[in-house]
Amino acid sequence: MALAESRASGASRAATQPTWLQNINLAAVLVGVIVVIMPVIASSFVLTQIFGWSYMLGTIALSLTFLAGYGGMVSLAQMTIAGFAGYLVAILGVNGVPGGIGWPWWLAVPAALILSMIVGAAIGALAVRTVGIYTIMITLAIAAAFYYFTNENYAIFNGHTGIDGIPTPMFLGVDWHAPLPSYYLELGVAFLCWLAVSYVVRAPFGLALQGIRDNPRRMAALGFNVNAHRIAAYVFAAVIAALGGILLVWSYGEIAPGTVSVSAAIDILVIAVVGGIGNPIGAFIGALIYAVLKTFALDVLVAFGLDGNRFRLLIGLGFLAIVFFSPDGIIGLWARWRNRARSGSSRAQSSGGGHG
Amino acid sequence: MDSVAQRLSTVGSANALELRGVTRLFGALAALVDISLTVRPGERRAVLGSNGAGKTTLFNCITGDFPPSSGTIRFFGEDVTFFPPYERIRRGLRRTYQISALFPGLTVLDNVYLAVRGVSRGRYSFIRPRRNDTLVNAAESLIQGVHLTPIKDRFVAELAYGQQRQLEIALALAGAPRFILFDEPAAGLSPTERAELVDILSSLPAHIGYIIIEHDMDVALRVVERVTMMHNGRIFKEGSPQEIEADPEVQELYLGGGHG
Repeated sequence: MALAESRASGASRAATQPTWLQNINLAAVLVGVIVVIMPVIASSFVLTQIFGWSYMLGTIALSLTFLAGYGGMVSLAQMTIAGFAGYLVAILGVNGVPGGIGWPWWLAVPAALILSMIVGAAIGALAVRTVGIYTIMITLAIAAAFYYFTNENYAIFNGHTGIDGIPTPMFLGVDWHAPLPSYYLELGVAFLCWLAVSYVVRAPFGLALQGIRDNPRRMAALGFNVNAHRIAAYVFAAVIAALGGILLVWSYGEIAPGTVSVSAAIDILVIAVVGGIGNPIGAFIGALIYAVLKTFALDVLVAFGLDGNRFRLLIGLGFLAIVFFSPDGIIGLWARWRNRARSGSSRAQSSGGGHG
Repeated sequence: MDSVAQRLSTVGSANALELRGVTRLFGALAALVDISLTVRPGERRAVLGSNGAGKTTLFNCITGDFPPSSGTIRFFGEDVTFFPPYERIRRGLRRTYQISALFPGLTVLDNVYLAVRGVSRGRYSFIRPRRNDTLVNAAESLIQGVHLTPIKDRFVAELAYGQQRQLEIALALAGAPRFILFDEPAAGLSPTERAELVDILSSLPAHIGYIIIEHDMDVALRVVERVTMMHNGRIFKEGSPQEIEADPEVQELYLGGGHG
């Protein structure tokens, strides 16, 4: 798939299945246009609370989609890495708690990214020695440990209260905290991460990762250092998760242990699975559904005379329904619907959607 | 035999493969017992024996899929006993699998490309290969070598069994192999495909030696100059194909019955 697409890009491929290419382009262009003009049609509440939040959560979930969908490694520590990066930006930069180091953002952000990569490599080094359910368990243990650590540690993480008063940086003469600039900043980062993942999964690194997912022993017999490759995937995923985490901190101006709680870690898994781990865009679809549910489910439940705090029940039911009816998520539903819509014509090339 | 002598004289002095006292235990079961085996560079050898004789275990020890319980393995003079598989592969060792071990979700070209990439630099490259990438070209000529060019963009899952076996061989020939372990490459092939396999094996460059595990004597004895017989995890007899075929003990044990 990968090479065939990169090599035969354009001419030969377009000639054999023009409808398929047009479909993809049309859908992508349509989504692109909608998200770019969204500030014109949506209120600033919807802009930040629904879309901006979806982009940030989606970026973090994207790092899991990459690990799980292309590497076969389900890590529950991606929210932990995001939160770690967020905490670092808060601690190294300016904050409202006495003791902030006060570095400018252009120093704090690269430092946070580099340290997140190191932590990602360390988590990966532990996790790649396990497979399947044990990977989930070990990363869950790491997530829980970091959560309790931030809760108890006052010297660095300011314990339960967390760190507030974190300013969103001003650069290029723009106040990136204002609704419109922050929307485009979050959209831009999400788009770049999506682009990077979509590109890398068809580059040698990503192709080999898929080979390792399917048959690690054979990959070793082809000359690949399977564990090192997996750890490298964790590092790449850590960068993406960290970017999402930094945006979260800038958006809220604060970070507390709740951001890295076990339930937050599981939410990321739910987002990735609901959207579909077969395609990078699934993470953002899942995040949008999550953000809409989390924002409006409360009102809907209250309107029906139910406890608004039961919104997780709705998310849980949705998760069940998805896993039941479409194990490859919303993306899988969409791929099947598209296949049926053009049944018969050029079915051989339809597998762009996902491996499950 | 002249061509064999010529082939063997053109290659280096260290033995391609040298096993000393290799033993492999699975709990109380001894799969390999005190195997000592020397294969010269460029030498082509068959390993024969009934099921459970330890042939595939021998391969797994040589490639490092699992290490021997005791003994040493040298590859072109270098002690590789404790090397991970990928280090041995990068030094020119290759193997094929008894049961096809391919990547069904990837195309034929992607499969071979991974094999070529695995033994060259840039395994972690984030840059997609260009249209005329050297490694892509190398992969395509390997595909051509096993006659799969017309279907190189097909997913491996869609391939016929015989084609998958041919793809296995293409993967083993990637890069610069010095020594190849073929694990029953002819199993399940049609007579025509077997003839093609014999052609491919006989036309390998002279410096590439191999060990072939093969039950089909017509294939095995035509493509090797030496035969090792295994029984119950031990080496039981060594000799030329003619000697092995003529050996009454061997005939009694293996060549009687099924093979005429």
